Amino acid sequence: MTDASLPETKQQEAQMGDYFALLKPRVMSLVVFTALVGLLVAPVAVHPFIGFVAVLCIAVGAGASGALNMWWDADIDVLMKRTAKRPIPSGRVQPGEALAIGLALSGFAVILLALAANFLAAGLLAFTIFFYAVVYSMWLKRATPNNIVIGGAAGAFPPMIGWAVATGGVSVESVLMFALIFMWTPPHFWALALFVKSDYGDAGVPMLTETHGRRVTRNHVLGYTIALVPVALGIAFTSIGGPVYLATALVLNVWFLKGAYDIWRRVEADAEADNYALEKRVFKISLYYLFLHFGALLAEAALKPWGLGGW
Amino acid sequence: MAIRVEHEIHQRRRGRNLGVFVLLIGLIAIVFGLTVVKVTNVENIAQMERFDHVVRPQLEPAPEGGAQ
Repeated sequence: MTDASLPETKQQEAQMGDYFALLKPRVMSLVVFTALVGLLVAPVAVHPFIGFVAVLCIAVGAGASGALNMWWDADIDVLMKRTAKRPIPSGRVQPGEALAIGLALSGFAVILLALAANFLAAGLLAFTIFFYAVVYSMWLKRATPNNIVIGGAAGAFPPMIGWAVATGGVSVESVLMFALIFMWTPPHFWALALFVKSDYGDAGVPMLTETHGRRVTRNHVLGYTIALVPVALGIAFTSIGGPVYLATALVLNVWFLKGAYDIWRRVEADAEADNYALEKRVFKISLYYLFLHFGALLAEAALKPWGLGGW
Repeated sequence: MAIRVEHEIHQRRRGRNLGVFVLLIGLIAIVFGLTVVKVTNVENIAQMERFDHVVRPQLEPAPEGGAQ
């Protein structure tokens, strides 16, 4: 072999930021926020340092499952514009490195959470990682257009884990917080899928917009948003809800429902004419929707010491 | 060839090495902090002392039915 046979472009040296990018930091920020709310609204006080370590473990666990997802999906990430610049398809990080980081951080996060908090919280975190890496990434994602519906469960677990850190158990409140994110994920994601010119089809990933068309996707957005409303309002009448949450939830649900209805009513020609302005707006509303619901729960918990929060 | 104390790879991997250093220091701080919090929050410190690997009869609860 001569030097001439070597590839012209030298493989880039991975920097710390590339390894950090494996952990999907943007997804992690949502995980940190919802887990923190789950922990803070629980009726049992947690030592601040244990709370900090617990949320860190949940964030690292979520990041580890992101690294495992990138390791598994490297073959399709390279085919899609949105993901082609990720550390593995761009050649900055080797697939084996991502696998090792994912497995090591998973073990680290679960064991440390068990030691810092309790075994239930650690077990839920382990299940979340398994669900995202194996059930969603390896199985559902390439098998069914309902991948996002069932896979959304992985993103819904963090507040339940936060609650388990504080209380050591599962209750109707934590199940409803789980259900809120679980039911919110499909309309949120499908609103995005409607306006992003995706290349999932080229990569062989069955997204609803590609397999069943945009009309069906619009129907699904409305259907899931309607199913989301009772979950969101139901939380108001549990021990973590209250007037502040109920008022916030009422406004947000009317807002989101109106958006979903408008999406359902639209025909594709109108959407193309204004470059999917409505779909983009509803996607943005969906982000406020989740953030403000959990923010309102936090507000209820913060008001309680003054005798104002709750019913 | 002169021996270079500072190899080129040291420069190239400085960021990664510093990152690993910070992570390890962070891990030590977390484990130390957790230990302090867990130990200082034990309600009855005798519970800890009973794991001292040495039999200490004075730490055993008194048998039912009266003192010895």
